[in-house]
Amino acid sequence: MRKIAIYGKGGIGKSTTTQNTVAGLSEMGRKVMVVGCDPKADSTRLLLGGLAQRSVLDTLRIEGEDVELDDVRADGFAESKCVESGGPEPGVGCAGRGIITSINLLEQLGAYDDSEQLDYVFYDVLGDVVCGGFAMPIREGKAEEIYIVASGEMMAMYAANNICKGVQKFANTGKVRVGGIICNSRNVDNEYELIDHFARELGTQMIHFVPRDNDVQRAEINKKTVIEWNPACNQAEEYRRLAMAIEANESFVIPKPMETDRLEELLLEHGLLAA
Amino acid sequence: MLDHTPTPVMERTALRINPAKTCQPIGALYAALGIHRCLPYSHGSQGCCSYHRSHLTRHFREPVMAATSSFTEGASVFGGQPNLLQGLATVFTTYDPDIVAVHTTCLSETIGDDIPQIVGEARRQEIIPASKHVIHANTPSYSGSHVVGFANMAAAMAKAFATPIESKKRGGDRAQINIVPGFVDPSDMRELRRLAEATGLRPVLFPDTSGVMDAPQTGHHQFYPDGGTTIEQLQNLGRAEATLGLGYWASRPAAVAVEDKSGVPRELLDLPIGISATDRFLQVLARRGGAIGADLEAERGRLVDLIVDVQQHLHGVKVAIFGDPDHVLALTEFCRDLGMHPVHVLTGTPGKRFVAEATRILGDKAPHSNIGGEKDLFLLHQWIKNEPVDLLLGNSYGKHIARAEDIPFVRVGWPILDRAGHSLLPTLGYAGAIRLVSRMTDALLDRRDRDAPDHEFELVM
Repeated sequence: MRKIAIYGKGGIGKSTTTQNTVAGLSEMGRKVMVVGCDPKADSTRLLLGGLAQRSVLDTLRIEGEDVELDDVRADGFAESKCVESGGPEPGVGCAGRGIITSINLLEQLGAYDDSEQLDYVFYDVLGDVVCGGFAMPIREGKAEEIYIVASGEMMAMYAANNICKGVQKFANTGKVRVGGIICNSRNVDNEYELIDHFARELGTQMIHFVPRDNDVQRAEINKKTVIEWNPACNQAEEYRRLAMAIEANESFVIPKPMETDRLEELLLEHGLLAA
Repeated sequence: MLDHTPTPVMERTALRINPAKTCQPIGALYAALGIHRCLPYSHGSQGCCSYHRSHLTRHFREPVMAATSSFTEGASVFGGQPNLLQGLATVFTTYDPDIVAVHTTCLSETIGDDIPQIVGEARRQEIIPASKHVIHANTPSYSGSHVVGFANMAAAMAKAFATPIESKKRGGDRAQINIVPGFVDPSDMRELRRLAEATGLRPVLFPDTSGVMDAPQTGHHQFYPDGGTTIEQLQNLGRAEATLGLGYWASRPAAVAVEDKSGVPRELLDLPIGISATDRFLQVLARRGGAIGADLEAERGRLVDLIVDVQQHLHGVKVAIFGDPDHVLALTEFCRDLGMHPVHVLTGTPGKRFVAEATRILGDKAPHSNIGGEKDLFLLHQWIKNEPVDLLLGNSYGKHIARAEDIPFVRVGWPILDRAGHSLLPTLGYAGAIRLVSRMTDALLDRRDRDAPDHEFELVM
């Protein structure tokens, strides 16, 4: 079973990219579980067709500590398994602890057991790794591959670089590695070259360049992944390619995060700060 | 004393009054004391560690050594890694344990400290000497109870040390049997070992607090007493024919971990309190290569004789039992075997299994009993007000109810903070059952003596 965590700046398109990739893998016949690690609990909306699903933490709060796996897991597109950690509303409680609690609970309930015959687990994590709880998915024995979603916008690259610092800390003593940068294009000038260079500088690769396409928004409005909404469209094919690139990926590295100065140099080199 | 407990029972969801449990770390700390030359280590603020040490000392009347990460405001914000690294450095240079057993607390769990990562860092920086060990258990206080904490630390021992071993026998060629004793007194661990040895097997108990929490007075302070499971024994858990987990709550995770890590099959049993549960314990030992000799038969026979002798005093006695789930279930079965009626049985530890098991044990009496899982002593008091009992069994926290309702009270379980000697004499096995029958009968007869008018005050009872 491959255990994958998706990180990246808030609003960069992690959940959308994750669900579309999972749709691609599921379509290929892979058995995939998605664990949404965002208090907003919107990481599986496209796979589930917008069905409201009770989050792990809501279930715990209502039912107490005796919870069954089926209480918190739902079937999504192409037999994908969907779980939402959930968490408090903004401004109250401790969302980080929520993630720790729900991942521990899934382990106790046997969601990762061999008998489940999973090929992949995807953790879709809140953009800003603000505290220890949000690093839970990359702790020892949990996710071993990290993909960072980024675009050619400066703040997205800052965030990606910061995430690499966090990964490096866990990678030194554990098995977690970066598998690549997924470029979710924002139509920035020289974006392909910039992210490709950025990824190599971090010691990893740009695993796929997902072009910007309004079909993604159209599918989202219909509460579907692109692959489900219009399997024949070009963007569906892009997500299939990303899924295949992840399936075939053999490059797993301890990242080499950059100093801020070097990051800015890189942006200058590719003409981003020139104007 | 508890004059204001209202008799009508009202539905409560958000309030616990006098919970029949405490938090995970104290159980983890107690379990860690059962490893030879181990220093328990509390990753959290100082208050946690101080409370746990003093509470254990109140029950065992022994000093309890443990270290703490000593969190401050800074650690809460920046994470506990620097504290744990420095703490481990100090512990190994100053106190020289063979092993440190780290357990977490509410605060470190909420911060989200990743203990394996920090311990890995300590290894990398050579803070941990090469020949020494650090194990850990996650013990958030806001889930489970002290029993769950004990179970988690016992499992951590198996996860850290158990490995598959092909050639099974060693040590005089007697077959090895692993026993996870549960959250019981050192005297009980001693008794389990004695029983297993009497069948000709070679028991390895883990954890084993005998010789640690009942260390003899020699006139010299020994920072690490002689008792406890050795690291070598833990590394050889894979040699056993089977692992007996005594008590579902306290011992199942460790028995499962040994099986996962080393392939040694697990046998899950009730805590051997009373005659039936002890019979089953010995039968499993017999099935795993032990022999039940005449001595054990005679020991059992003496218990049966005593039960027959006091039958007229115990039959039909209404009893309320509370405490840790493994203890309460075993005591409930024993009380039923004695012809008593467990009217109220209650634990504070979560787990739906408790109600199901208690219902099964009580059988035809179950519809006439109150059974409470994850409940509190306030509710137990209310139940007793609604349906009075002749006898109360439980830890020291029951004394207020016993006084308020004027009920004979036999202290059993953990903690016992107001009597002495309980940790030196067994509750488990046939010997423990003889003690229990004797103490329950004494409590009932003392009450009869107290209440008897002069003309009914009997010399012979």
